Amino acid sequence: MEKDRKEGIKGMANPGRYGIERVAYWLMRITGLGLLFYFIGHIYETSNLLDGKAAWNSMLELTQTTEGHIFLTLVIGMCVFHTGNGIRLMIGQAGFGLGKPSRADYPYTPSSLNMKNKLCIYVSIGLAALAMMYGLGVMYDV
Amino acid sequence: MTKDGALPKGFERPSRSPSQEKYEKVKSSSKTTTLRISKFNPESDSTSTFSEFKVHYQRWTTVLDAILEVKSNYDHSIGVRYSCRQATCGSCGMIINGKPRLACFTKISELDSDLVTVEPMNNFPIIRDLAVGFERLIATHKRIKPYIIRDDSEVTSETKEFLQSPEDVEKYIQFAGCIKCGLCNSACPTMATDSSFVGPQALAQAYRYVADNRDKGKDERLKIIDEPHGIWRCHFAGSCSQVCPKGVDPAMGIQLLRGYLLGYRK
Repeated sequence: MEKDRKEGIKGMANPGRYGIERVAYWLMRITGLGLLFYFIGHIYETSNLLDGKAAWNSMLELTQTTEGHIFLTLVIGMCVFHTGNGIRLMIGQAGFGLGKPSRADYPYTPSSLNMKNKLCIYVSIGLAALAMMYGLGVMYDV
Repeated sequence: MTKDGALPKGFERPSRSPSQEKYEKVKSSSKTTTLRISKFNPESDSTSTFSEFKVHYQRWTTVLDAILEVKSNYDHSIGVRYSCRQATCGSCGMIINGKPRLACFTKISELDSDLVTVEPMNNFPIIRDLAVGFERLIATHKRIKPYIIRDDSEVTSETKEFLQSPEDVEKYIQFAGCIKCGLCNSACPTMATDSSFVGPQALAQAYRYVADNRDKGKDERLKIIDEPHGIWRCHFAGSCSQVCPKGVDPAMGIQLLRGYLLGYRK
C-alpha cells in the first residue's frame, strides 16, 4: 500500500546539502572504494613477479605512462585523505573532541560539528592536495 | 446601535473595517512564489508528480501556511500532516528545497528562492502526498526502551524522589528535547541504503537514557544497539545534527554512546 521513499545511493551522490561533514563522508566512501580497487590491482600487479623479470618489467612500464602517473597521483591523494580523515573519525567515534552535551539554546549550533572537526577535514583535504602535487613533481621530475 | 442594527444619528459605518484595511495592505505588500507540491497516492499512482501553485507570502509566512492556503483554496486533496504549528509536535517534517525541515518552522522568506519544492521525507513510506508513515520510527524508538529502568520503584513510603544535580541533568537534557519528527532519519545517509539500521533518532534516545544517572538499564540498551545494523553503521556524517530542529545533536549522542561500548566511558 505504501511506497517506501528510499534515497538510495543518490543520497550519497549529493553531498553539498549538509555541509562539509557530509562532503567528508562522501569523500571517505569514494576514497575507501578507490583504495580497495587499488589494493586488488596491486595484488594482481605484484603477482606478475611469479612470471619472471620480463613480465614484471612490462607491468611496471604501465605506471610510466601519463595515465599511469595520473592514476598514481589519485592513489596518493586518496590514501592521504583517507588516513587523515580516518584519524579524525576514529577520535570522534570514540567520543572525543565533540564538546560536552548541554542544554540546547536557539539557534541550535550542533556541538559535534564544531570547528575542530571542520578544520581536520579541511587539513585532510589540503594534505591530500599537497601530497598529490609532490607526487606529480617526483613523477615528472619537476 | 439601535435594535434594528442601524447606527445612531451622527455615526457612519466605515466602508471597510480596520481589519479589512490591514488585510488589504498586507496583501498588497506581499511577494509571490511558486510552490511545487509532490503528489503521490500509493493506491493509484506508480510515480510521484508535482503540482505548481502561485502563492502570496509575507516575511513571516511559513511553508506550512502556504501549503494550507493551497489546500484551502486550490487543491483540497493535498495530503499533509500537521498539528501544533510551533515546532513542538514534530508532525510536519518534509523535504523543503532538498533538505528535511519542519514546514511550520521554515519561513518562505528564509529559503531565498523563487521556487519552493516540497516533497515527503526520504527513507519513510509514503501514506499520501507529503504525509509519511512513522511506524518504523516509533518501533525503533520503543526498541531501545525509552524509559528509566530500575529494579526499585521511584516512589515508596521510605524513599523520596531521585535527586539529580544540575550537572547530572546537563548530561542528557539536550537529548530529551527530541520531538520524533524523523528529520534526522530522513537526512541520514546510512538510512538511505540500509532499511534495517536503527537510525539516529533511536540511537540518540538510547544515549539520553544511558547518560541519565537514575537509569540502570545501560547494559540492556547497549546490547540492543550493539548489532550489525545498530550503532556501528553510523559513519558520523553529521547530517542528522544539521537538520534537527530542536538542537538535539544526535551525532554527538551516537559517538558518546560508542564511547561506552568501546570502554572509554563508564
